[in-house]
Amino acid sequence: MELLVASAVGVMTTVGLYLILRLRAFPVIVGLTMISYACNVFIFASGRVVAGLPPILSKTATGYTDPMPQALVLTAIVISFGMTAVLVMLALGAFFEAGDDRVDLDEEGRE
Amino acid sequence: MIGHWIIAPVVLPAVMGAFTLLVLRNTLPVARVFSTAATALLLAIALRLLWGATHEGPEVYFLGNWPAPFGIVLVLDRLSALMVALTAFLALVVQLYAIGTGWDTRGRHFHALWQFQLMGVCGAFLTGDAFNLFVFFEVLLIASYGLMIHGGGKDRLKAGVQYVAYNLVGSTLFLFGLATIYSVTGTLNMADLAAKLPGLPEGDAALIRLAGVMLLMVFAIKGALVPLHVWLPATYAQAPGPVSALFAVMTKVGAYAVIRIYTLVFPTDLPATGTLYADLLLPAALVTMAVGAVGVMGARKVQGLVAFTAVTSMGTLFAAVAQFTPGATAAALYYALHSTLAAAALFLIADLVMARRIDGTLTEARPAIAQQGLVAGLFMAGAIAAAGMPPLSGFLGKLMILDATRGLAQPLIWATILGSSFVVIIGLSRAGSLLFWKSHAAQATPVPHPAQPLAFVATGALIAGLVGLTLAAGPVSTWLAETAAELHDPAAYIAANKLGEEH
Repeated sequence: MELLVASAVGVMTTVGLYLILRLRAFPVIVGLTMISYACNVFIFASGRVVAGLPPILSKTATGYTDPMPQALVLTAIVISFGMTAVLVMLALGAFFEAGDDRVDLDEEGRE
Repeated sequence: MIGHWIIAPVVLPAVMGAFTLLVLRNTLPVARVFSTAATALLLAIALRLLWGATHEGPEVYFLGNWPAPFGIVLVLDRLSALMVALTAFLALVVQLYAIGTGWDTRGRHFHALWQFQLMGVCGAFLTGDAFNLFVFFEVLLIASYGLMIHGGGKDRLKAGVQYVAYNLVGSTLFLFGLATIYSVTGTLNMADLAAKLPGLPEGDAALIRLAGVMLLMVFAIKGALVPLHVWLPATYAQAPGPVSALFAVMTKVGAYAVIRIYTLVFPTDLPATGTLYADLLLPAALVTMAVGAVGVMGARKVQGLVAFTAVTSMGTLFAAVAQFTPGATAAALYYALHSTLAAAALFLIADLVMARRIDGTLTEARPAIAQQGLVAGLFMAGAIAAAGMPPLSGFLGKLMILDATRGLAQPLIWATILGSSFVVIIGLSRAGSLLFWKSHAAQATPVPHPAQPLAFVATGALIAGLVGLTLAAGPVSTWLAETAAELHDPAAYIAANKLGEEH
């Protein structure tokens, strides 16, 4: 299971990194989403990879998993979801204003 | 006892932002009054906190009264109080400018976003929990996304997409770093980390070093350190003038985080990490200064020029921070105060020019502008401050930094600081002569533009702040030396967290 989790994080990060280096807004957004998925799994794994153990007190429990990363990952999911939504809206706005979804600035927009 | 006042700089803008958004969204004059009053009140609270932190030492606010490593804490010490006060002063002045020039009428929800921005910045300065620092970073970023594209336009939106995408990658990296730290130590409370890291098992040292580098990269993105500075010039050049001026404090959030984390959690005497971060930070800072200076020379537009002076000043600041000695930290803090005000003043002056000139180009002369004499005088003062020439505080700040960076790398640091300052002086004087002197050659009468006294008063207030910082350099640097001593001996900070005690 460790191998599965680790390779999932690695593959998703690689794919995400490749995509955010593209020149168009759409692949960049998909890439950012992939990286944030990888990041969420990574945070989850920071409390050690265990199966079938409860995070909160239970009379029948034989052991516990760390509940803290679950709280952290929940916050991270909410934030990255909101941020991605903002980015989508911004990219749409830029697309309608400029007529294309290239991420680089054109000649007169440079400083 | 400061007690509940510690959380006021977070709660007040949060409540006022929501109130402005929900109740005052269609009545701009009322929104202006409420929002300005809230920022003025924030300044008053910040000064109260500054007084308290000076006289009563670090104090911790336990959210929900949960004891320290388990609950979230806000920590008020001299550094956080200082940064909150700086933010509040800057926000108040720049907000008056935005009202005076009518920038807040060019889009919706300016004042609500402004308050949320202040909430994020103040929260980032006050929090004593690394994950909470991430959350406040996101709060300030999401408000800054809205402010950055305020007023709209093709280039601004495109630059906005770049800015958001870049910072989202930074946020993800922040999470990776925090998760790595948590997996090794099992805590994210900064004081708890500072207490636990010295006893770290040998085998975990590599992981913690890696996590520290990841956090350093995140703060370098915020603080616009080369090679992670690429978002800054386009963002600052395309954002509305007053927003760029407020963003002058956002780069200082990065510098603040570096000072806080790398004096408290990863000090240079920690065996697992040693001087690793100082060794990474110093070359990056020196290259940042050089890149900023080249950018100042090569800028084709006024806002781009000012954006690159901001890059240079961040390089200078980080060169002092990278020493990690009390003397250098005190010099860095003085320079941080100065460069925030100077960069904000220059952004406002660039906006004054842009509002009156046909375009912002620096390659061709344009006809003279309305109120030319006054704008030119302000530009001169702002340029003197930003370049670090006497008599303003930039000179004193750079002098303190030069004095504090004696040692092995001294020739390199001095050469870079002095060389880049020289190039910035050339770039700014060339821009000033093209903007104001050569305009007379065009032989056209200036296009009339309303005088907008409030805008000039606000810009003048920033210059006055710089003069004040110069005149009070003695007491301020004494106070900052005590602050730096407190930072480099964090025993009081850690003790204030009452780790592991019930209460």
